[in-house]
Amino acid sequence: MAKIQLQVNGSSITVEAEATLLSVLREQLELTGTKYGCGEGQCGACTVLIDGRARRSCQTPASAAVNKKITTIEGLAQGEHLHPLQEAFLAEGAMQCAYCTSGMIMSAASLLSSNANPSEAEIVRHMDGNICRCGTHPRIVAAIRRAANAAKESGR
Amino acid sequence: MSERYEFEMPLEPERYELTAPPAYHFELDRRDWFKFLGAGLLVVCVMKNVKAAQETGGAKKPAGEALPEEIGAWLHLGEDGIVTVYTGKVEMGQNIRTSLSQAVAEELHVAMGKIRMVMGDTQLTPFDRGTFGSLTTPTMNRQLRKVAAAARNLLVELAATQWKVERKDLVAADGRVSDAAGKRSVEYAALVKGQQLTQAVPADETLAPAAQWKVAGQPLPKVDGRDFVTGKHKYPSDQKLPEMLYGKIVRPSAFNATLVSVDTSEAEKMPGVTVVHDGNFIGVAAASSVLAARAAALIKAEWKAEPQPGQKEVFEYLKKNVTNAGEPVGLATHHDAGSVEPAMAAADHRLAQTYTVQYIAHTPLEPRAALAEWNGDHLTVWTGTQRPFGVRSELAAAFHMPEDHVRVLMPDTGSGYGGKHTGETAIEAARLARAAKKPVKVTWTREEEFTWAYFRPAGVIEVASGMLKDGTITAWEFHNYNSGASGFETPYDVANQRIAFHATKAPLRQGSYRGLAATANHFARETHMDELAHVVKMEPLEFRMKNLKDERLRAVYQAAAKKFGWGRAKSAAGQGFGVAGGYEKGGYVATCVEVAVDRGTGEVKIARVVTVFECGAIVNPDGLRNQIEGANIMALGGALFEAVEFENGRILNGLMSLYRVPRFRDIPPIESVMLERKDLPSMGAGETPLMGVAPAIGNAIFDATGVRLRGLPLIPNGLKIS
Ligand code: FES
Ligand code: FES
Repeated sequence: MAKIQLQVNGSSITVEAEATLLSVLREQLELTGTKYGCGEGQCGACTVLIDGRARRSCQTPASAAVNKKITTIEGLAQGEHLHPLQEAFLAEGAMQCAYCTSGMIMSAASLLSSNANPSEAEIVRHMDGNICRCGTHPRIVAAIRRAANAAKESGR
Repeated sequence: MSERYEFEMPLEPERYELTAPPAYHFELDRRDWFKFLGAGLLVVCVMKNVKAAQETGGAKKPAGEALPEEIGAWLHLGEDGIVTVYTGKVEMGQNIRTSLSQAVAEELHVAMGKIRMVMGDTQLTPFDRGTFGSLTTPTMNRQLRKVAAAARNLLVELAATQWKVERKDLVAADGRVSDAAGKRSVEYAALVKGQQLTQAVPADETLAPAAQWKVAGQPLPKVDGRDFVTGKHKYPSDQKLPEMLYGKIVRPSAFNATLVSVDTSEAEKMPGVTVVHDGNFIGVAAASSVLAARAAALIKAEWKAEPQPGQKEVFEYLKKNVTNAGEPVGLATHHDAGSVEPAMAAADHRLAQTYTVQYIAHTPLEPRAALAEWNGDHLTVWTGTQRPFGVRSELAAAFHMPEDHVRVLMPDTGSGYGGKHTGETAIEAARLARAAKKPVKVTWTREEEFTWAYFRPAGVIEVASGMLKDGTITAWEFHNYNSGASGFETPYDVANQRIAFHATKAPLRQGSYRGLAATANHFARETHMDELAHVVKMEPLEFRMKNLKDERLRAVYQAAAKKFGWGRAKSAAGQGFGVAGGYEKGGYVATCVEVAVDRGTGEVKIARVVTVFECGAIVNPDGLRNQIEGANIMALGGALFEAVEFENGRILNGLMSLYRVPRFRDIPPIESVMLERKDLPSMGAGETPLMGVAPAIGNAIFDATGVRLRGLPLIPNGLKIS
């Protein structure tokens, strides 16, 4: 079986190439923070960052991620120091079952990196591909706003 | 393969939540408890009457004499000061791990951080029927508060004895007992050092009134929240064991199909692949999900299925196939008062209308998943279910083994909404694991979840009513076919009523769904109320109030009207306002909706939703608000566009791309108002806040356009205005 090298959360790892990035992360690397929700690119639960951009890992062949920087929810915090979005989701209580949370945070991270101060309408547009079945949407929007404000205040 | 494999477990609406086999066999004696728990203090909650015991407990026939007969929950305070609470309830996003911890912290006077909740583990927790029906707060919350209060009293007594002072001179606070003068103070942990103390509390111990709550009643954040935002929490589908294999099931071509022939030879040639064919069950297990899928695809199976009714004729089918067989246990299927016919004959106005609801799918974001491991003739399964004890029974039955050889654990799960009551995935994983002689995990695909789970039942509801000129309703007849009896009684004051639920044959596998039939019954009733108001040209809210005595329901209606600004003039073309309300499971709800309809395109925009909810004393306002908002958003899907399309035993829209659920762009501003009644017991809130949304939207669309919609979903393809 073909082996490939992936750069995941700052480490270089050799994996078998045969599957989607989602199953490589979950089954080979035991990074189960990235979730399966549909396998169709429809729900966003599997979202990771590839070179800083939100990508649906269920729609990404592992081989397509070679030589790129992959970040999963497990790699977002700096040690003990949570990412502003993680802090904001906690502060807003923006989760119920929280199964959608990893994907929400990763999608939002991609948004904030390209638009540091998104309006509510921009957030809704960007996040529309992420499904939350528990109906936590208003809080998720509020959490993204909060993270944007926090970043502004700390001058990041 | 010679073992019999019993797979299909018929599900029926309502009834499913009401069978209660308390089957817990507690075999530890007192010494064993402490061997297992470590020294310290143990308090168990004893249920006095059998009905209550069946609700959330029922440990049968303990061996140790000191132990009570019927246990609902128990709490252990260890020498390290850690409080471990054991309950059969499970966490799937409704945040009871937090609210139950708050209940314990409140009464025991310890920090939240000292409390560990062990939930839904059939080996460690007392029997529990399941987590549904908005029952955790009214039952388990109370039991745990009692247990915790008793533990605190015992600790105070210990200190009083040690110090030879009166109990009343001591206070328990912050994990310590101190004398009121502040001279002496001792940690709980030190008090129980080396002890093996037990106490049983009766379920009727007095409790701190809600007005005095300090920890309960606070908007505390989700416990372990950090694990969820960092991806660390392991959901059922994330579980893993050494040497674990991934399972894949070969599904029939249609519902109720039987296997004609199967050729597994190609799959069996694949190295490391286990193939199981047992009756109608065909499955494989392999080292990765990719290999398992590949092996499953190599299996050639031929199925035979009879023609089956489809979505197009579903309502006709339900009306034609009334069985009235086996009425739901414990739930009334009829309600009669006065005499309907003479009242109907004497009425000034009569109205008869039919309302319908389609099958919808729960679509929990985490599909069903189970990891099974055999150890000799003992089986352990980790799975996402609202009924771990029920799944244990299903496993024991499927594999013909005693229940005490089966352990089911439920890691906090990616939601359920009434859709995860059954154990089919657990059985599949266990069957494959037994053949493979290794642990096997089965995770359903989204398509499997859409197809092989069960659905919220479709229904036909016929309402006939009679009313006087002044708008007083005098006769009310209400028949629900198939969807269920929950919430079918009217809260309005009508002297002559005939209300009935009619069981029918069902074209799809159906079962519980958040709120059960109360959503359908409220939709029919509250739409009909609006129609009646229109007949006598009364303002819809005023019409409701005229026919309503229930003070709690009146209060939520009034609060909703106030918040919404009900009664103001329309400010734009296409604008419409609607109201609906009701009560169910001890909670009272009223919802007002504003819509904006584009008469040209038929596009309906929900501009605003105001929901007022009252469920007695509030345990966690933040959690409650989350539940109300979530319920309102979930309700939007069923109200506006969700419907399962099916034909001849197949689901036609069983993909996330084909079955539309609410997304960010669909979410209107939602204002939720919580009315608190600290003088009333706390009731659950996961379900009832849904009830008003669909009828309020329908009524608002009528207000905007004059188009009356009588079927859910209301506008799967936009609104047609002729
Ligand atoms: S699992 Fe990838 S988008 Fe749903
Ligand atoms: S919190 Fe449950 S799916 Fe979003």
